[in-house]
Amino acid sequence: MELKINGKTVSIEADPEMPLLWALRDTAGLTGTKFGCGIALCGACTVLIDGEPTRSCSIALEDVAGDVTTIEALEGDDGALHLVQEAWIEHQVAQCGYCQSGQVLSAVALLASNPAPNDADIDEAMSGNLCRCGTYSRIRAAIHTAAKKIAGT
Amino acid sequence: MGKLLRRTFLWGSAAIAGGVAVGFYMYHTPYSNPLVADESKGEGVFNPFVKIAADGSVTIIVPRAEMGQGVVTTLAALVAEELDIELSDVKTEFAPAANVYYNRGMLEEGAPFQAFDNSFMAELTRDIQGVVAKFLAMQATGGSSSTIDAFNRMRMAGAAARAMLIGAAADKWQVAAASLKTENGRVIDAALGRSLAYGELVGEAVKQEIPEEITLKQPADWRYLGKSQPRLDMRAKVTGKAGFGIDVRLPEMLFATVRMNPNQGAKMTAFDAAEAEKVPGVIKVINLDTGFAVVANNTWVAFKAADLVKPEWAPSSYPATTDAIFEKLDAGLKAGGGFNMRDDGDAPAAIAAASGKVISARYSAPYLAHATMEPMNATAQWKDGRLTVWSGNQAPTSIVTQAASVFGLSRDDVSVHSTYLGGGFGRRFETDFSMLAARVAKEMDGKPVQVTWSREEDMRHDMYRPGAICEASAVVDAQGVPSVAFRAASQSPIASVFGRIAGAITPPGNDRTIVDGMWDQPYALTNYRVTGIPVYMDIPVGFWRSVGHSHNPFFHECFMDEIAHSSSQDPLEMRLQLMQPYPAAVGVMQAVKEMSQWATPLSAEGVKSRGRGVAFCLSFGTWVAQVVQVADTDDGIRIEKVWCAADFGIALDPKNLEAQMMSGIIFGLSAAIGQEITFNDGAAEQGNFDSYDCMRMNQAPKIEVRVLRASGKMGGAGEPGTPPSLPALGNAIFAATGKRIRQLPLSKDVSFA
Repeated sequence: MELKINGKTVSIEADPEMPLLWALRDTAGLTGTKFGCGIALCGACTVLIDGEPTRSCSIALEDVAGDVTTIEALEGDDGALHLVQEAWIEHQVAQCGYCQSGQVLSAVALLASNPAPNDADIDEAMSGNLCRCGTYSRIRAAIHTAAKKIAGT
Repeated sequence: MGKLLRRTFLWGSAAIAGGVAVGFYMYHTPYSNPLVADESKGEGVFNPFVKIAADGSVTIIVPRAEMGQGVVTTLAALVAEELDIELSDVKTEFAPAANVYYNRGMLEEGAPFQAFDNSFMAELTRDIQGVVAKFLAMQATGGSSSTIDAFNRMRMAGAAARAMLIGAAADKWQVAAASLKTENGRVIDAALGRSLAYGELVGEAVKQEIPEEITLKQPADWRYLGKSQPRLDMRAKVTGKAGFGIDVRLPEMLFATVRMNPNQGAKMTAFDAAEAEKVPGVIKVINLDTGFAVVANNTWVAFKAADLVKPEWAPSSYPATTDAIFEKLDAGLKAGGGFNMRDDGDAPAAIAAASGKVISARYSAPYLAHATMEPMNATAQWKDGRLTVWSGNQAPTSIVTQAASVFGLSRDDVSVHSTYLGGGFGRRFETDFSMLAARVAKEMDGKPVQVTWSREEDMRHDMYRPGAICEASAVVDAQGVPSVAFRAASQSPIASVFGRIAGAITPPGNDRTIVDGMWDQPYALTNYRVTGIPVYMDIPVGFWRSVGHSHNPFFHECFMDEIAHSSSQDPLEMRLQLMQPYPAAVGVMQAVKEMSQWATPLSAEGVKSRGRGVAFCLSFGTWVAQVVQVADTDDGIRIEKVWCAADFGIALDPKNLEAQMMSGIIFGLSAAIGQEITFNDGAAEQGNFDSYDCMRMNQAPKIEVRVLRASGKMGGAGEPGTPPSLPALGNAIFAATGKRIRQLPLSKDVSFA
């Protein structure tokens, strides 16, 4: 079947019931999206489908109806980073880093729908993304910084 | 001579000038340098930690696992500081499995002395543990020991390489080495206004003799150390490019999963794989004796097919239910005996003879899973009788040892490539996931196989933080000084971990981790007894972030709180009083007192009540005090704020240390507010985050950290943030609600907002 992933049409030969996560990781070679729990509880596998944050471990290939954006697409071909990624670096957010692809994409989606989130908005949008290293304080600070950066552009 | 030494252990002859201890590195048999093979690729290999290419690019070898604690950056900074290069330009590689990368600091930490015991005997034993570490040659990451171990060794590696580069320039220019200096990757002859880039000198520099004596920079001259550095791995980790074990991709690689008997260690007595074998994409189902593997063309097919296999499991050799397990711990406690890890004065006699009120309490803590974000996985390949393993792991040489033993290989026939770790917390100190990949790959005709565990497999096949119980009693004298006795019973993590490493002998003596966090605390009490009671069961237990310090401080520091309240003392002031002989402890307590405005009463505006709790723990050489503030609300207890003061002695990277404290606190609070592994039918009942959740963004408190540098001795960072967080929360809940909770998780008694 054909999927639109990061702006390109990709042909995937797999069981239509296979979750998108495994098509990305094991078939399309996009390993930036992570496996964490398999039941949409940890957010490590978060991708955007038509801009909506989606747990790719729990959506079957046959149900993917829109354009898929993974962490790999946030970095431009010229190496330019998304403003959310820049804010993440500024605040030195990542520790082990395993959950951060999902965290960054959830934050990108939040800021696209709400350019100036308050702490309660951040709690609501980000509580589906677990981080065992406990980087939450810096994630929160980085989202506020990213909001300011985006507003300034 | 230089050549020979570079092939061997750098410090066979080198010594540090300028007051740093020399004897540490003076062992006679050198370990070989595994990087020498890289010379054929045109890289100048200066020692096991530094390679410089002809284009001047510097590669620093990181001998420890990067599991989030920032060790890649801090260890690279140690080398860059002395080598005099731009830190942001360096490349890093994880070290291969090799004895030369052994961790001395970790075993030193395990010596049976309190961190504040600087007696001759304590120092001597720490030295001997260091020698033992070298001979065991464990290249391991644990015990918050990476920077402590690397502090001299990796600075020396950078300084030695720099001296060799200067030596090469001096020969070339026919001037005295002492007349030359370096600046950012160049050797400079200021007198004649000329310079050479390191890259231009590599060919000659590697032929220089390794200096006999090395002078390290004074801290006042440090450019990187002591200052916050941007993490070298940050960009890779926000762009999805950091390679974890699960991201290893090799030509013709197959994907697999395993399902092992949830009655851990017991056999699979029968299995029916017929349905699984019919699933398109399944390549092979393998009987692993205590479980099975499904090999397929992708991980999901392997998972799906594994669900269709019908195994029969033999029962566990340990008690099958949580109640039966804790009854065994109880029986151990009742039987008496055990070992007194601390026995100052005569606490039992003082308590028995007391005319005042005796307070006593019973505390408990559950079994806990590590629940790293990245589930266990590893990739392995067999080729020409050799085994190669790729995995995110904390102990590469243990994998070599284990594989050599199990498969009858020579150590040279096992290679281990270490990746980034999606969390470790002690779980990846184990070799099981790497060994299972090796066993599966052995059946697959030379093809590489990646074996990924489901989350449920990961949680049900952990080496858990052992459950524990503790009885405490105390009496307080007229001056407010308590006589205290603690008796704690649990399984022995040391015996369990070492029992799993082939050929390893469990270190002799008592397992101090059973009482760590109680016997090793800087309270000056006349009568102070801490007794550990090991209870032997086959449940695999292991090292869980801060190990014994993860639960014993909950017992110790909550009971200290009970003592304070029962004798009408302020819990923080009482600690300050009892810790007077230990300035580092007093320092961190004073700091959190000020940071939290401890003496200012809290308003209960908008909530039912508010309260603050304090706790202290010295662990892994770092002195940490924390105050937690909670509010009792209609939705339950809300953790509003945590203040943390930590004295690291030498603080190499303050911003990273802040991150480590925050991380340790969230890890501890996650356990406190709800984590518990329970057993039924011999299996862990929790399998995923629905039944074993972790603290999330909406529950995470604001955290303020102060980094102190006064203790005089470098402490670790990865673990010491965790221990005080649980008791400080318990004490805060008491302050807010009057409810004294003596069992973890606290969610058994209160709900959390």
